[in-house]
Amino acid sequence: MAKVTIDGHSIEVPDGTTILQAARMIVQDKNYEGENIAPPTMCYYSKLKTSGGYCRTCIVKVTKGSEKDPRPMPKPVASCRTTVMDGMEVVNITSPEVLEARKGVVEFLLINHPLDCPICDQAGECHLQDLGYEHGLAKTRYDFSRRTFNQIDIGPYIKLHMTRCIMCFRCIKVADQITNNRYQGMLFRGDASEISTYIEKAIDNDFSGNVIDVCPVGALTDRTFRFKSRVWFTKPMDAHRNCTTCSGKVAIWMKGNDVLRVTARKDKWGEAIDWICNECRFEKKDAKDWVIEKPSHIDRHSVISQNHYENLAQLKLDISKQQKQIAGKK
Amino acid sequence: MGKKLLIHNDNVPGIATLEVYRQNGGYASVEKALKTMTPADVVEEVKKSGLRGRGGAGFPTGMKWSFLAKPEGVERYLVCNADESEPGTFKDRYLMEKIPHALIEGMITSSYALGAKTSYIYIRGEYFYVARILEQAIEEAYAAGLLGKNILGTNFSHDCYVQVGGGAYICGEETALLESLEGKRGNPRIKPPFPAIAGLYGCPTVVNNVETIAAVCPIINMGGDEYAKIGIGRSTGTKLISASGHINKPGVYEIELGLPVEEFIYSEEYCGGIINGRKLKAVVAGGSSVPILPAELILKNDKGEARLMSYESLSEGGFATGTMLGSGGFIVYDETSSIVKNLYTFARFYHHESCGQCSPCREGTGWMEKILHRIVEGHGKPSDVDLLWDIQRKIEGNTICPLGDAAAWPVASAIRHFRHEFEEYINHPERIKDVKHYYSVNQLAGA
Repeated sequence: MAKVTIDGHSIEVPDGTTILQAARMIVQDKNYEGENIAPPTMCYYSKLKTSGGYCRTCIVKVTKGSEKDPRPMPKPVASCRTTVMDGMEVVNITSPEVLEARKGVVEFLLINHPLDCPICDQAGECHLQDLGYEHGLAKTRYDFSRRTFNQIDIGPYIKLHMTRCIMCFRCIKVADQITNNRYQGMLFRGDASEISTYIEKAIDNDFSGNVIDVCPVGALTDRTFRFKSRVWFTKPMDAHRNCTTCSGKVAIWMKGNDVLRVTARKDKWGEAIDWICNECRFEKKDAKDWVIEKPSHIDRHSVISQNHYENLAQLKLDISKQQKQIAGKK
Repeated sequence: MGKKLLIHNDNVPGIATLEVYRQNGGYASVEKALKTMTPADVVEEVKKSGLRGRGGAGFPTGMKWSFLAKPEGVERYLVCNADESEPGTFKDRYLMEKIPHALIEGMITSSYALGAKTSYIYIRGEYFYVARILEQAIEEAYAAGLLGKNILGTNFSHDCYVQVGGGAYICGEETALLESLEGKRGNPRIKPPFPAIAGLYGCPTVVNNVETIAAVCPIINMGGDEYAKIGIGRSTGTKLISASGHINKPGVYEIELGLPVEEFIYSEEYCGGIINGRKLKAVVAGGSSVPILPAELILKNDKGEARLMSYESLSEGGFATGTMLGSGGFIVYDETSSIVKNLYTFARFYHHESCGQCSPCREGTGWMEKILHRIVEGHGKPSDVDLLWDIQRKIEGNTICPLGDAAAWPVASAIRHFRHEFEEYINHPERIKDVKHYYSVNQLAGA
């Protein structure tokens, strides 16, 4: 076990835990009250091995290396790939230096991003949008033309829109780790690099649709859902069906009685809880296919968590309370 | 004359062949090490010598070797980094091309010290003809029983291979080199684990520069203590310097560390002064990535003491007034050169060579290049200099590998020491039109 202190909050974690995981443990604790000290992530995905370390949004400063070697680390480190040592002290949101560096990273991620949120299907549940809202500048300082790519259809279900990509490599790791074949990879170098299937080969695998769920931006989108609706107009419901390939536990996004899209259920950090298969995701678009359990709980500070069942319920309570108060006064 | 240990017999005819090389005292260190010393002795001698990595970072080699993990039953590897791609650096090419056996000899001795049964020389693709020279030298060594099974009748066996890379700057970074050597895309790995624990094929690996490995031979021959007497302070031994730019005698020079910079530039033995008797303007002391220094700061440090060619003296004053010895790519600029144009060239290089893995470097290098291009073309904006400064500050230290720092330092130092030149470009674009690239804006302002 190792004791680590992040922004003044201490926790005991097993050896081999990363700083990021430790920070998430602190925040997830029921008794925790305070600000969210978990660093934001764009490329790290706890369910994918060797993910993380690329986007640099989760950088933190280690002010004390460990009990044995108290020297601070000279450079900011990627918290998702740095394991804790006993007695380590880390600063995240309490360090202006870290916040400044993170702001820089967000700016770098945005300079070649098209900012086409008004027509992007991911808008409302986009991690880059949230990150830009929290750490970005209101105005861009980049006044050159942005890099663009042609849109590619990867098979009948998935659209690759490289222009929006921020190179998190999650989709490559999905293709590597949960599907049998490695179809995707990185081509070219520097800011000309792109994720590609090289010969625009259709990804043909039962679990390939999960690349859509792991994509933090709108680079990989569901072709069966494209331009159907803004995500915040749809209602997420936990649902399941008997599926022979996957667990069948999904979230369906409904508008009225129509199922507009099916995704994996997401946790607090926006990560899929169970991978789901392509049949569930793309082919079961009828409410009769599903056993609806309850409205999905969305525990995320983003547009997507507005307007939801629980919030509405809360809102109604508030309104009735106010009405009672008003009535009382009269 | 300074002492020469590495290229003292580079002009002997036929030194590239094993026969002539052995007549000139070659492979003595292999015989001495294998027959009279234990591997631990060799490491101890290298530690005593105070030899520091010649590739750029200057990390003590003996210490690096002693960090190598030695688990039972796991292969260990020695990898020679011959991916010399830093603009301004060409010393390794000279050494490998002229005296290939010096490297092979160092590889055998070092591998013996590390207990490595296999070693690789990873050479950049552009040096294809050098790879052929090395392969021939290796063949000769195999025929003479210096490589292969039971070298010189001892029970040490060793194989050495040359691997040609694709010619990417990033593959000079040790973990990217290992990835490339494994046949993958040359992207730097995230450290830890360091190569000394999990390197090539997940096995403990030491990656050393060509010159570092070649320097092991004289250390074993003369003894670590004797070697440590050469040089100054913690900068021991000799160093190959690739001198280029506006000097009378560009080329590769072997110097004793501790030589005054002024002597190196102006003496007849080395660079022979500035071309056409012009004045010195600036120097990049260790390859394109180290900070550029103006003439007054490279000859004397901020305390007024003469600057010496050594790891410590060159970095005196930190990055505010100092620089680094780096890989020894010594580029000299005379008064006619334009620092802004030069910086644009460097920025273009780093943009082209960024691997695209982590965001600050991928996006930042391209952004800096675009801004510099605009300035050089006469369309700069007054806010551009501050913007450049801010971008480089946000790249430095926030990337996976040191390429981000390497791209940021030249920009930072050029703005720090030559800000007026940027402002000249931005405020008076009419003065830079139709001008050949080597004329400085200062001269034009006077004209």
